[in-house]
Amino acid sequence: MSKTEFPPSITSRPVYGELEARSGSGHLMIADAEGAEAILDLAESADKDFWAKAHVIYIPKKTGTKYSSQLEELGAGQYYAGPSYEAAQSRIRRALQDCHMGTQVYLSGTESLMGQAMAEATAAGIPHTAIQTEHRGSTARRMQCVHCKGITEDVTTDPFECSHCGLSLFVRDHYSRRLAAFQGVRVDAEDPGNIPEKVELFK
Amino acid sequence: MSAGTAKLNVTVAEVKPINDLVTRFKFVRTGGGDLPTFSGGAHTVVEMQDGDITRLNAYSLMSNPADRGAYTISVRRDDQGRGGSKFMHNKVKEGMEMVISNPVNLFSLDLRAKKHLMLAGGIGITPFMAQMHQLSMMGGNFELHYSVRTASLGTYAKELAERYPGKVHIYHDDQKEAIDLKTLLANQPLGTHVYVCGPKGMINWVHSTAGEMGWPREAVHSEEFLAPASGKPFEVKCAVSNKIVQVGEHQSLLEALEAAGIDAPYLCRGGACGQCETNVIGYDGKFLHYDHWLTDEQKAGGKHIMPCVSRFEGKTLVLDR
Repeated sequence: MSKTEFPPSITSRPVYGELEARSGSGHLMIADAEGAEAILDLAESADKDFWAKAHVIYIPKKTGTKYSSQLEELGAGQYYAGPSYEAAQSRIRRALQDCHMGTQVYLSGTESLMGQAMAEATAAGIPHTAIQTEHRGSTARRMQCVHCKGITEDVTTDPFECSHCGLSLFVRDHYSRRLAAFQGVRVDAEDPGNIPEKVELFK
Repeated sequence: MSAGTAKLNVTVAEVKPINDLVTRFKFVRTGGGDLPTFSGGAHTVVEMQDGDITRLNAYSLMSNPADRGAYTISVRRDDQGRGGSKFMHNKVKEGMEMVISNPVNLFSLDLRAKKHLMLAGGIGITPFMAQMHQLSMMGGNFELHYSVRTASLGTYAKELAERYPGKVHIYHDDQKEAIDLKTLLANQPLGTHVYVCGPKGMINWVHSTAGEMGWPREAVHSEEFLAPASGKPFEVKCAVSNKIVQVGEHQSLLEALEAAGIDAPYLCRGGACGQCETNVIGYDGKFLHYDHWLTDEQKAGGKHIMPCVSRFEGKTLVLDR
């Protein structure tokens, strides 16, 4: 699966680029599922000594072992594969704590992974404009219910039901970098009970 | 006219020579009262009536930003310069009334930074003095690396080392001491921002070294005021005001426009801020772009000029002023 092109939208909606190997004192690479492909593509142009300074944190999700052995063979100084973002989070925080200015951060895969890792990296002091991203794989969204504030992961339809309070929510492009989530707003707020049929917008 | 900067009438409260080259000036508001507050890194444009010539030079404010009673600046005498610093050194006396601009900050601290790494060369120390006052009041994390020619020309080096123990590192050129930039930059914790103020060579060195080492552009800050370069006299036609203006050898284009009564915008007068950007309607000749503002493409395009520092050589130049 190649890089995803999103239609133009409001300015709050994040846009993603294409990963490229940059010079730096270290390389922290965080990817999930098909995001591995972006790292493998980058590997074709990266110098050999790039990988000695690299730390790859990978969450395969539904792709299982499809990419993990190829990623491991790149020979990164540190390689970690974990079952979920939550499981990898403490490792990501520790990695950011240990690195110095000059470290490059590369994020690839789903918006949920990139958004959450981006929030960690910016909180650690890297300007968000200096962090590289590339979208690969599922376009399912991480949504915040603006009413109960609960987060629902992997939303593919509009509207969808909040997994916390059960309201039917309209999927907006309005994005919060702090929460790493799009905003979901009650779809039948003005006409309770009038809920449009679900449309599968994201895969 | 300076954009958005009302003028301040001030009186010179103190003139204090610091060393062979540098003199410090203290301004208080004429007639008493508080001066506007400012933030560390801000400068003021000082107006000097030097005979028929009005000189306008920007100087960084070095006093404590919380002290609204007075502003202080330090001026390094430049004998090869166009005369502004010599005027300050020779003509400005205590009790004299002067006009300065409201403070403008083009070199402010990025307060999102977890640590501020300051690199100063020579008189480039002045904006950092205000910033260090500000950061020490806020409990901010900073470190100063200050390169001076000799101990006796190390303006404020000794008092800074005493004021901020453990945070100030002085390097003397005459003792072959130099900032080990690579090691310094390699060991900074995530969230550090680096600031440099000093000679052009030092600024370029820091930008290029930090860039090669993978520092984000947004985390590298610099300030350099350019003095307008002298050059061959030239003529400029101003289309809006319908005037033909002669620019003298030691005059900047901006100064020539002002002398002709044309109300041209400006802020820093040193090629940094972009305020004076002027559209070129037509030209036959070559531009001498000296500013830090226009991109290389814009400089090559011949559609814009920064009159505060840049010049022109050739037959005709028509500006949208």
